[in-house]
Amino acid sequence: MIRLEKRPQPSQAWTLATPVLAVGATMIAGGILFAVLGADPLVAIRTIFWDPLFNPQFAGFTRPQLLVKAAPLILIAIGLSIGFRAGVWNIGAEGQYIMGAVCGAAAGLALYPSESVLVFPLMILAGALGGWAWAMIPAVLKVRFGTNEILVSLMLVYVAENVLASVSSGLLRNPEGRGFPGSRNFRNWEAAHNAELIPGTGMHWGVVAAFIAVILAYVLMARHIQGFNIRLTGEAPRAARFAGVSPARIVLVCLGTAGLLAGLAGLFEVTGPAGQISIDFNSGYGFTAIIVAFLGRLHPVGILLAGLLMALTYIGGELAQLMLGLPGASIQLFQGMLLFFLLAMDVFTNYRLRLGRAEVA
Amino acid sequence: MAETLLRIRGLTKAYPGVVANDDVSFDIREGEIHALLGENGAGKSTLVKMIYGLVAPDRGGMELRGAPFAPGKPSEARRAGVAMVFQHFSLFDALDVAENVALGMENPPKARDLARQIRDVSETYGLPLDPHRIVGTLSAGERQRVEIIRCLLQDPGLLIMDEPTSVLTPQEVDILFETLRKLRSEGTAILYISHKLEEIRSLCDHATILRLGKKVATCTPSETSARELAEMMVGSSFAAPQARAHQAGAVRLELRGLTLPAPGAFGTPLRDVSMQVAGGEVLGIGGVAGNGQDELLAALSGERLAPAGSVWLEGRDVSREGPVARRDAGLLTGPEERLGHAAAPDMSLIENGVLTASRRKRLVRRGFIDWPRAKSFAEDVIERFDVRTPGPHVAARALSGGNLQKFVMGREIVQEPEVLVVNQPTWGVDAAAAAAIRQALLDLAAQGAAVVVISQDLDELMQIADRFAALNEGRLSPARPVAELNIERIGLMMGGAHDLETAHAAK
Repeated sequence: MIRLEKRPQPSQAWTLATPVLAVGATMIAGGILFAVLGADPLVAIRTIFWDPLFNPQFAGFTRPQLLVKAAPLILIAIGLSIGFRAGVWNIGAEGQYIMGAVCGAAAGLALYPSESVLVFPLMILAGALGGWAWAMIPAVLKVRFGTNEILVSLMLVYVAENVLASVSSGLLRNPEGRGFPGSRNFRNWEAAHNAELIPGTGMHWGVVAAFIAVILAYVLMARHIQGFNIRLTGEAPRAARFAGVSPARIVLVCLGTAGLLAGLAGLFEVTGPAGQISIDFNSGYGFTAIIVAFLGRLHPVGILLAGLLMALTYIGGELAQLMLGLPGASIQLFQGMLLFFLLAMDVFTNYRLRLGRAEVA
Repeated sequence: MAETLLRIRGLTKAYPGVVANDDVSFDIREGEIHALLGENGAGKSTLVKMIYGLVAPDRGGMELRGAPFAPGKPSEARRAGVAMVFQHFSLFDALDVAENVALGMENPPKARDLARQIRDVSETYGLPLDPHRIVGTLSAGERQRVEIIRCLLQDPGLLIMDEPTSVLTPQEVDILFETLRKLRSEGTAILYISHKLEEIRSLCDHATILRLGKKVATCTPSETSARELAEMMVGSSFAAPQARAHQAGAVRLELRGLTLPAPGAFGTPLRDVSMQVAGGEVLGIGGVAGNGQDELLAALSGERLAPAGSVWLEGRDVSREGPVARRDAGLLTGPEERLGHAAAPDMSLIENGVLTASRRKRLVRRGFIDWPRAKSFAEDVIERFDVRTPGPHVAARALSGGNLQKFVMGREIVQEPEVLVVNQPTWGVDAAAAAAIRQALLDLAAQGAAVVVISQDLDELMQIADRFAALNEGRLSPARPVAELNIERIGLMMGGAHDLETAHAAK
């Protein structure tokens, strides 16, 4: 019989080893999946993990994409991880991301065609506030009425998607767009364009913001008393109350931070890589960031690495669809496996596996 | 005279560090209600676990109807006609009454027959219960009926009930007692575990009193006063306390008519609690568990805010201030529950030091934690209170209960509070460490701090307290100097007085 035995304290070695093992297990299970679908598993794995970075034919195009895709994932996941550490389960980052983009874009478009240097900073501010405000809805409802933030934040994603659809064909529609849905393209408007900072690298302001967020989150969680209070609330809510931490304040801070960062991610995306507000602007970064947060063990540096890895599977996955004709769903399945294996392996951090019959106590 | 049903002879059971039952012998007769009385930790639970086959005795034996009885597991005990209703129910909320009853039976009959049997039993014994109700919708009293009916369907000769009235309303208690009396009249013996004296006096034919694992006496409760029962429960080994020389300073902590509703379904409300503690003195608060100890601590620590004007610290009203402000003002507390309340289980001792000492020990500067300082604070506590641990980086849950208790007590004492309130400061701590903690509390008082010790260990309170008060159903008795106390007075304060009060009211 197999038995799980609780470790006296979480194993440091396993905390570091589980992400690596999970990636390995995903490669094996994914390889079997691809083989069943008729592709050579080794080629498929190489196409996903190796070609986007090093294939001479594509790398020039795909390598900058790595940062472009990773930046919003990291930015959102950092915000989510702070809440997850406190046991505040914000599942609605996708909605906060959309509202950040919509509010930021609206603030900019109101000033069109101004060429002032203040336009872009103002848009950043509006984007952050939009995401923050959207996250405050579940936060305030939870604090005031004890609603479940998982449900409320998730529901608000669908509301945000409808807001997006409405403004892209109504309020924010390009007046010179011959009636097509979608806003003006920010790429054609110097003052509001989130352009590549160093050509050919994919580096834009969102990437810079993501790196700053990683550093600030690290300092917050490792050194600052607020970060300590957040961890304490997640680990032992009663002890946190005994220490004098206000649970309501933690909920507001955690959801607010996550919304703010998700809103920023949305703003940098709409003014840069996406270029405009359109009905299909959102692409699921807000949900994938949940996987990134857990894959990175809710640790800022881990999230940085996990965001890059996840971006790689996105780019590599697209490449595999293109080159090997694998269905898109199989790539999503592959990404889902990653989270599944990670959570499964997670057990070993806190438990030890014992073989043999249970002793009678 | 009725026949002896269960004969208990010299049952002994030791756990590491504590003898739970020491040579306990008594008889339960057919068709009697026999009370098992004792304080928390007196060994009542261990004894009934042995009768029910959950625990094997180290020594001694039992005879059931004259035949040797040594159940290896509960199902053997049930087959022999011993049934038990636990204090905590084991029922599935999502299933209905009949399904729950069937799950606990060895050979459940068909669903329709079972429903009929449940109806029959519930009518016969006056326990109204619909077999098709979903258990999740039942009250605590109704859930208990499910457990009782499950036992009665197996037609037991001996029914064990572990503190059955602790979750019941007064009306439900009346119904239960009617049922138990009816069972007795039909020849079923009942072993009734409780520490509520008045209940036992009105219901039980005989009472066996345990104290610290030993049988103190078997008596007839209806012919014994509540006061005498309390005395036996508390023990005759009671040493007359000595007045300790101390100089009481000005009043540092004061409660003025503190009233707070119960925090949850099973909490205890605080009713008009008033007390004064001066610098340099130790106030001991006794009482049986569950009479408002946790609630009083939460109201003092600031975890629950009190109505304005009820909690005063150094002459200032701190009722509406939270734990951080009260710590700043010099009021520190130590809750009973170590893991999860006083300490975060998965965090290191260094982090658990920051938990309460962050401001008084200046472990945080401009919002940033000074980890080297926090580490030396934790090391200081570990050294001064002899906490056995590989180092300050170890998670709190890796420490033994006693060592963690030393750490959380030390954490507060090292901060040199002006007022310290602790609940069960030496619970589960070995004798040497308990003495060290008590000495540290006395030293703190000698330095001029006001110390409040809430404890269920009367010997401990007599040893260190200058004045003594008791909590009973959320009310605090007036405090008396320990030198004026004798065992009779303590019995009165802990429950006797209240019993007398209700007896007067009944007249």
